[in-house]
Amino acid sequence: MNGKIILDVVELVKDFGGVRAVDRVSFQLREGEALGIIGPNGSGKTTLVNLITGFVKPDSGEVFFKGERITGLSPYSVARRGIGRTFQMARPFYKLPAYRNLVVPLWSPRVRASGGKYGDREAVALDLLEEVGFERDSSVPFKPAGALPHGYLKRLELARCLAIRPELIILDELFSGLSLAEVASTVPIIEKLQEEGHSLIMVEHRLRELFRIVDRVIVLNYGQKIAEGNPREVMESEAVKKAYLGVEPEGA
Amino acid sequence: MPNKEKRLRKERLDRGIKARSEDIFALSSWKEISYLLAPRVLPLMALLFLALFLPVYWKKVLVTTAIFGILAMSWDLLVCTGLVSLGQALFFGVGAYIAGSLNHKLGLPWWCTIWTSGLLGGVLCSAILAPVLRLRGIYFSMVTLVVPLMLVRIIEATKILGGTEGLSGIQGFPNLTVELVLSLGMFLCVLFGYRRLLGTDYGLVLQGIRDNDRSVISAGINVYWLKAQALFLAGSAAAMAGAFMTHAYMFVGMPVFALDYSILPIAAAVVGGMGSIAGPAVGAFLLVPLSEALRGLGALRIVFYGVFLVVFVVGLPEGILHYLQRKYYQFERWVSVEE
Repeated sequence: MNGKIILDVVELVKDFGGVRAVDRVSFQLREGEALGIIGPNGSGKTTLVNLITGFVKPDSGEVFFKGERITGLSPYSVARRGIGRTFQMARPFYKLPAYRNLVVPLWSPRVRASGGKYGDREAVALDLLEEVGFERDSSVPFKPAGALPHGYLKRLELARCLAIRPELIILDELFSGLSLAEVASTVPIIEKLQEEGHSLIMVEHRLRELFRIVDRVIVLNYGQKIAEGNPREVMESEAVKKAYLGVEPEGA
Repeated sequence: MPNKEKRLRKERLDRGIKARSEDIFALSSWKEISYLLAPRVLPLMALLFLALFLPVYWKKVLVTTAIFGILAMSWDLLVCTGLVSLGQALFFGVGAYIAGSLNHKLGLPWWCTIWTSGLLGGVLCSAILAPVLRLRGIYFSMVTLVVPLMLVRIIEATKILGGTEGLSGIQGFPNLTVELVLSLGMFLCVLFGYRRLLGTDYGLVLQGIRDNDRSVISAGINVYWLKAQALFLAGSAAAMAGAFMTHAYMFVGMPVFALDYSILPIAAAVVGGMGSIAGPAVGAFLLVPLSEALRGLGALRIVFYGVFLVVFVVGLPEGILHYLQRKYYQFERWVSVEE
């Protein structure tokens, strides 16, 4: 990896009451790189994502995106600069057909500034849905989002994030709640995004699939970064085994 | 179970989405055109008929109904954006007082004050409420409930704008016809304007804020700015309604901030069906004449009114309009069940 540094997180700290949710976490992400963030439940992964995307204001520390300081900016201005994210819980606009769901993010000033013409948003939406694996010639894109199975909802959430043409994509537990088959069909979509040169951060519990995608992982425990590096090496380290797995792994 | 006898089952079919849509397909045949136009044109004809042939007293009721209808629709537009207002009287009262003072102090005629009050009222109310737009749900509602009450007390205490006396001697409309045409015209403009607005991509984004604001924010859209715009759009219509009432009564006073103007729009929206703009309009056309008809009952009026509301909330929680719409889009028929 020798791209430019696209995201630089420096000593981020966030307290919720007496609990230190994120404790002096620093990491860097290079252009086109895929980074995994893993850790046990409650270790501060989602809070870290919220800190980067501006949904939560940090108590101290800095975030730089493409060299620009974005610490404490409103979430919408962070998004406008090109950081797209998905949410753990996919909550689409249930009554709208799936493709109409995407009209909302396609209305974004970021898209309009880059030449998205009025009137063809629905066509762009259908293209996007095809990209994330909605069968184009079926009725699926036209069904109300509320009638879609969970796997499609997650992919709709991914499409929503892609609609603003982000340079950095942050996926917060995209695979959670998906069946093995659904995950297997989603992985190629993400690999394709990578090939297109998107930078990627994935918060994930599904390690097997995650390690197929990412080049590097950081491990959080009680808000602290306890390890960073190549997935295989990181999982071998004693601190990670103890924190993340709780017990000595057998075999594997 | 003996299953020799012929059993019947109710079958329900939805009309195809295509037949319901309003794009070019709709122009393919007279049948399609009339299917789409009937629910829009028939109520308009009924309205025209009422406006022409009602006795004078009920014509005045029709004017009041149209004004409450505008208030109810402006409430509904806010709901579509995820802002539940308990103080539609704020917009109404501010518009009424602006029109009153423009006419009283500057002598501007009614055809000038109404739209100026709409614009000014919309801007002023959005400015007043802008600091609390970040509040969500019940917290925003509580602020909207309190602000009009505060304004009344400010007017009372500081004696500005005529204090408790109000401003009287305001120019009235030349005749009832002008009043009718203007109120119904405003009503229809707001109705079709809002409905068209919600159908656009912009309207879709507004409704997106209601359904999941975080998802809209993460698309890089400044939802607070959009909420302020929605406040302006809703506020200016309600302020225009208030300005109209000032001229209709030739008086403006503290009652324009009364709770009635906050509660009735909500009741109308509940009865008619929220989130569709047309629903609250239908609700207003049911509730205002009803409350007028019950006037003879004296104090008991409010009881009947309340019972009526409860019956509706329990019996038809989706609202009249949504119910009728559903039925309009469906065929129902009895088919025999094959065993």
